[in-house]
Amino acid sequence: MNINLTLIGQSITFLIFVWFCMKFVWPFIRNAMDARTQQIAEGLSAAERAHRDLELAQDRASSQLKEAKAEVASIIEQANRRAAQIVDEAKDRAREEGERIKAAAQAEIEQETNRAREQLRTQVGVLAVAGAERILGRAIDVNAHRDIVDRLAQEL
Amino acid sequence: MSAEAQTSSGYILHHLTNMTYGKLPAGSYCDGEHVMEQAGWTLAHCKEETSAMGFSAVHVDSMGWSIFLGVLFCWLFRRVAVKAAANKGAPTGLQNAVEMIIEFVDGTVSDIFHHRNRLVAPMALTIFVWIFMMNLMDLLPVDWLPHAAGIITGNPHLFLKVVPTTDPNVTLGMSFTVFGLMLFFSIKEKGVVGFVKELTLHPFHAPKWYFNVFLIPINLVLETVSLIAKPISLGLRLFGNMYAGEMIFILIAIMFGAGVLLGSLAGVLQWAWAVFHILIITLQAFVFMVLTIVYMAMAHDVSEEH
Repeated sequence: MNINLTLIGQSITFLIFVWFCMKFVWPFIRNAMDARTQQIAEGLSAAERAHRDLELAQDRASSQLKEAKAEVASIIEQANRRAAQIVDEAKDRAREEGERIKAAAQAEIEQETNRAREQLRTQVGVLAVAGAERILGRAIDVNAHRDIVDRLAQEL
Repeated sequence: MSAEAQTSSGYILHHLTNMTYGKLPAGSYCDGEHVMEQAGWTLAHCKEETSAMGFSAVHVDSMGWSIFLGVLFCWLFRRVAVKAAANKGAPTGLQNAVEMIIEFVDGTVSDIFHHRNRLVAPMALTIFVWIFMMNLMDLLPVDWLPHAAGIITGNPHLFLKVVPTTDPNVTLGMSFTVFGLMLFFSIKEKGVVGFVKELTLHPFHAPKWYFNVFLIPINLVLETVSLIAKPISLGLRLFGNMYAGEMIFILIAIMFGAGVLLGSLAGVLQWAWAVFHILIITLQAFVFMVLTIVYMAMAHDVSEEH
């Protein structure tokens, strides 16, 4: 347990190691650690930001989807309405056409009837005259009795 | 019986003697075995020669091991520093361990020391790791390295103490250096006048100057004693703990030679004491570091004005 030069040697050694540590070890590791801390903090905040961005994007996407759905629904509704309208129009037109055809047919029928009636009238006149001729046994002037024949035909 | 006691004490003494290289004055030492014709630098062969060398001697083993461990510390940490500076990615392996230690030391320093000083944190790191490594040598079985050295050099009586911190020169050398830095920063921060004021106007202070005249000598004595006590207690605390621990390891080692029963008991004791010692070596390194930081903080703290 002698105190000797080791004391001074140890002091010098100690100072050299402290100097080395201060110059070549501590700042390097400390800076690297600080840089990493900052990097991690930045990474975390970036992740946070990205998360928020994602949420926003999702919100936007879902709202867009909703809008699109609404639009689609309105288009479908419109289309449905239009279709119904077309069907209605077609129906109306069909009915009109039908009516028109019916009217034409009726008119034709009426015409035909009139024509038949006319024909019948003339023939009835002739027949009546012929009948009367036969009954009377003599010729009758058709023109002298036209009014009678016409009245007869009118009654038909 | 007495012969056995002699060998036991011889064994202990052998383990507690440093390998000393110093200037030996002319004369006869070691029971007349080695005679120095003239004064010269040589390795001491026995306790008498070591004592005769006085102050002009160096403990080769203490210096050697402490420098070896210090260089190992510097090399390891420098390697990690280079790697940390170059590699921006996630740290791995040794770098994690080193960064953990640095984080721990940095936390302790910033808890205690609230001034700007580039020296304190690296010094605390050096103290903690270096002292821990030196203390760690204590966990090696006491005979391994001395025996190996004896075989390598061919001299079985070679003195070799492997735990530098069981040498008061080593611990006091460090604590006096800390003390020197403490005085340096005290004077740098407060000036010579401030430093002298601190020594003379505390702890007793009177508002009237004629009372102070009587109080100043008392203060000076008290403050000087407390100032001097700091480095001595710092160095001797570490030395005492490690010396006592080493002593117990040596005593346990003696038991190994005393029969099967005592030998196996010694094995158990050796293990138990080593486990307990893990706590002590870490704690002593930590205490030395914390006290160094505290002293540095005291050197920087400008106390209230009077």
